[in-house]
Parts: sequence; C-alpha cells; structure tokens
Amino acid sequence: MKNMSKLWLASALTAVASSPAMAQEAMSLDQRVNETFANLTGPFVSLIFAPFPGTSFPWIVMWLVVAASIFTIYFGFVQFRFFRHSIQLVKGDYSDPNDAGEVSHFQALATALSGTVGLGNIAGVAVAVGIGGPGATFWMILAGLLGMASKFTECTLGVKYRNEYPDGTVSGGPMYYISKGFKELGLPGGKILAVLFSVFCILGALGGGNMFQANQAHAQISSIVGDYPGWITGIIFAGIVFAVIVGGIKSIANVTEKVVPFMGIMYVGAALIILLVNFDMIGWAFGQIFAGAFTGLGVAGGMVGALIQGFKRAAFSNEAGVGSAAIAHSAVKTKEPITEGFVSLLEPLIDTVVICTMTALVIIISQQLIVDEATGNYMLNEAGTAIATVDGNSGVALTSAAFASGISWFPYILAIAVVLFAFSTMISWSYYGLKAWTYLFGESKTSELVFKVIFCVFIVIGAAASLGPVIDFSDAAIFAMAVVNIFCLYFLMKLVKSELGSYAARLQSGEIKKFTH
Amino acid sequence: MTVKIVIGLDGTDTGERALSYAKDLASKIDACELLAAYVIEWSPFTFQTAEENEKRHKRREEEIALATSRIVDPAVKALTDAGFKATGIVRHGDVAETLNRITVEAGGSQIIVGRTSADGFTKRIFGSSTQNLVMHADVPVTVVG
Repeated sequence: MKNMSKLWLASALTAVASSPAMAQEAMSLDQRVNETFANLTGPFVSLIFAPFPGTSFPWIVMWLVVAASIFTIYFGFVQFRFFRHSIQLVKGDYSDPNDAGEVSHFQALATALSGTVGLGNIAGVAVAVGIGGPGATFWMILAGLLGMASKFTECTLGVKYRNEYPDGTVSGGPMYYISKGFKELGLPGGKILAVLFSVFCILGALGGGNMFQANQAHAQISSIVGDYPGWITGIIFAGIVFAVIVGGIKSIANVTEKVVPFMGIMYVGAALIILLVNFDMIGWAFGQIFAGAFTGLGVAGGMVGALIQGFKRAAFSNEAGVGSAAIAHSAVKTKEPITEGFVSLLEPLIDTVVICTMTALVIIISQQLIVDEATGNYMLNEAGTAIATVDGNSGVALTSAAFASGISWFPYILAIAVVLFAFSTMISWSYYGLKAWTYLFGESKTSELVFKVIFCVFIVIGAAASLGPVIDFSDAAIFAMAVVNIFCLYFLMKLVKSELGSYAARLQSGEIKKFTH
Repeated sequence: MTVKIVIGLDGTDTGERALSYAKDLASKIDACELLAAYVIEWSPFTFQTAEENEKRHKRREEEIALATSRIVDPAVKALTDAGFKATGIVRHGDVAETLNRITVEAGGSQIIVGRTSADGFTKRIFGSSTQNLVMHADVPVTVVG
C-alpha cells in the first residue's frame, strides 16, 4: 500500500509538469511501471498458462472447454432445449405482477451483460483474430455456445445459495455457493475453496475487470488524440471511478448504465451496416472462418493456435465458468433459482455468438489482415507472433481501423464506446471484487474503502503498462477464478440437476404457469 | 350490490381533486366502497448497477412504506372520517396498466383519476398515464380536471 501511495504521489506530481524533459521522464515512468508489473506477475501467468507436457496447448483452455462440454451434456443441451423459455422469462411472461418493483430477470441479465459486454468484444476479438486468424472465430462461437451451459450452472447456484440479510439486501456468488453447497453435500474444504475463489476474484477484478479496461481505453484515446503517457488516462479514470465507488456519486454510474446499452446497440448496428454494405463478402468471410478453424491458414500455431485464441478470448469475453456472473445474477427476485440460470445462458449467446462474431466479421471483411497472394495464407508480422496488419494495428486499434474502412468517422464513436464500456466494466468488476473482498475481510466501511482505493490505484497501473503484460495478467487472473469455480461446480452440478428436473416437470404439467399481462 | 370505485392518487392536487370527486359520487350511491390506489412508476426493463440490484428489495419496501404513509393512508383516513368504506393499495409498475389491473382484480366498476398536465417530450410522444389509462382501461374512467 505504501509503495502504491508513492506511485500515486509521483504520478500526481508529474501531471502538473508539462515540459519536454518532464514528458520524457513520464515516459520512463510508464516503462518502469510496465517492467515492474511484468516481473511481479510473470510466475502467476506462467502457472495458469502452462502447456500440457510436450505440447503448446495451455491446460487452462482445455479446462474451460471440457467443463462447458460436460455441463452441456450433463444438462441435456439445456441451452437449446430451454432457449425459448429463457426468452419468455426475460420478457416477464412468468413474473408475478405482485413482485413488480423487485429486480426483474431482464435487469439482472442487463447488469451482468454490462459487466461482460465491453472491451472483450472489441479489443479481445481483435487479439484473437489478429493472432489466431479468422479461424479463431469458429472456436470462439463454439466456446460461446458451450459456455451457455456453464453460465446456467453457476447462476442457478448463485441465486440458490445467496445470502439474504434481514434488511432485504442480498449477497451472492461462487464464494457463497461453494461454502454452503459443500456443507449441504457433506463435503469438506468448502470454506477453503471459497476463500481461494475470493482471492482470485479480487485479482480478476484488478486484472481483466480493471487494468485491461484502463489499458485499452488509453490505447483507443491515444489513437485519436495522439500518443501521450498512459498514467494520465489512468489518473483521470481512477478519479472518476473513485468518485463513483468511494464518493457515492451515483449519477455517473447511472448515466453510464443507461448510455452503455445504447452504445452496444449502436456498435452492433454499425457492424450490421458494414456487413450489409459488404453483403457479397459475408460468404467469403465465413469461408475464411471455417477454413482457418481447421487449417490455421498460416497463423502462428496453425489450427491449434486458432483454437487456443478462440477459446481463450471467448472465455475472457463471456466469463462463462469464471463465476463473476453468478455475483451479478444473484440479486434477482424469483422463487425458482433455476429461472435465473435459464436467463443467464443468454449472456454468452449475446456476448460471444452475436457481438464477438460481428466484430470478427468486420475485421475479416475489411481485409485488415494481410494475405500472401501466392499461398492464400495470412502473412505473419516480423516477430512471427501475429498476423501482419495493414497499419501494424493490434487489439482495439485493429477493430477501430476495420470499422473505419467502412464508416470513416466511426473510430470517434468507437472511442466513446470503448471509454464507456471500459468504465461500465470497471464499475461492475469493482462490485464483484468488493463482494469477494468483504467475504474475506467483512463488510465494514474501512475494509470496503481499502479495496476501493486499491482498485483505483490499479487503474493507473493498467493504463501505464503495455498491452502484453496486462493482457497476460488479466487472462491469468480471470482464469484462476475459473479453476476454483469449475472444480467446485463438478461437485455441485447434481444440485442443479435436481432443480432442473423438478422445474421441467412442473413446467410440463402446467403447475408453473405464465402470468397474463 | 356494492359498487367499488378505484381512485388513482398521484400525491398532487390533481389526485386530491379525484378524491373529492369520488367522495361526491360515492355519497350518491347507496352501497359504495372506495379503493385509494397509488402506483409507483417502475419498469422491469430498465438498466441498473449491481449495487442498485443488491439493495432493490430494501428500496422497494421503503418506497411502499413512504407512499403508504404520505399518500394512501391520509387519503383512506379522509374517506373513512367522512363516513365511507375505504381501503388503500400501493403497487409498482406502469401507472395505467397497473391501475387497470388493480381495478379488475378488486372487481371495481370504474376508475377516477386526475388530469395530468401533459407537457414534456416523452408525454408528447407516448402520451400521459391518464391518456393511456383512458385508451386501454377495461372499465369506465372518469378524468377530473
């Protein structure tokens, strides 16, 4: 904490100065932050992304996909069987009018989505397609479809085992269902695993839910206004987030929560316009996606490279199996926990199968990725780590360039969207992180304040560090949550299965009826 | 047979006018019950933060308690003091839709509401709650000017 305070002080002092000498020093501050950060997080990242012996396939990717596949089979393809019912639940067809004023299924879904729809859909997809080629999109969609079952499992448990306090407030999430569920089943170690999950959730909140957002928001802003030190963006963002989560200025969060969905609709709308204008190329783009999925089309790592990137970015984007959504969904008003599971399975569909695919198609169709005319394969950059792009762009800059090729002024809208998405995701994750923090350290004001200050400090570090170490740490922290969460879901999934069986029978018998509106 | 009349309150002077008109009307009917209803405007399709969701149930209870003590209870007291049989109800939802549902559920034969001053962009486009109620109610609606 002491060192972080020093960093804040140093950053604030430097912000006042504007001479070239000071600017040069500021650049070196960015570099120092980057270097220190990369050194500190290196071992953790290496452990999470360790490959299977003798292969280059990270075990964590297999962990997520195998889990999603097992949940899909175990629940009899619940994401397809109950898809229509999920839509009916979100529409409120099964909501008791006497519960009006409580958190609706739609509101719980929208809140969870505002935490997941964001930079993962814009920058993350660009990273996946930039490294894994168009084929990564195929694996991303597949991971999204399978991930619907993971989300269903964790969100049902999130509501079933949430804490409801006497004053009517609620707290839920994996830490609660792990400890309570294990106790119910008579299994040992629930409390320890819940604590471990909470630790990783805090790291995930600081990584993917914070640093990655700050980093990519800075990248987007500097691509519009010109390069400048990242810590400046970091301090501005940290100041606003601080005002909201510590200062309690709800109006900023409220405005963001209302504007973000419209930015999301605008983003999808712009992507649709570009796709419609290039209608004749959609078939070709899907051809590239399918061909790339199984051949790699010359990308680093070939087919496996495309698969790893697709799965990784899908998991990072929709967070299925990570456990974060279970925290967001647990506030819903329902007598049937499983209904929230049905609603939550729409999240990976909207986030990954629809929005991420739109981004990928725009990048592919805009032909930002350079193809070797002679072989038809994609050309690699000088380092051989990613596909060469027209202007050497990667991450959010690649998406921005792709959209600009269709709508020249769209990068300005995208810059606003990125900043708002980043902000909204940070607010959501500050809540997830806080819930994990208070689970560990209690719900006192001081304890909450300590976490909130740490959260804001990491915004500055995230904006100042370069993309590589930030994205590695963000991925590692988010996936570490999934390690504990999925391990526990294997033990707890039978509880969900009995809920599913009972609910499906009552739905079929007509005991569970629609409310007429 | 008892006639049941629902009065839509809104906590303003227009609601008061609706209340006094209902009193006049009820005094002319032999067996009449009055139901003073207040609907807190709410939609299940809004966007909220996770923190708001966490505290939503508590807020809802507070909103209902406040509306009951400030608007509905005084109205019911005024009616019972005047010798009428009256009850009160507070609900969340779309004002027009919910007032209509309350009336249908209670077996009400008509709704009395105050005229709202229709200004502002939203009301020009979508109409006021009173307009919507008049257009869609299942029972006769009296709008008091």
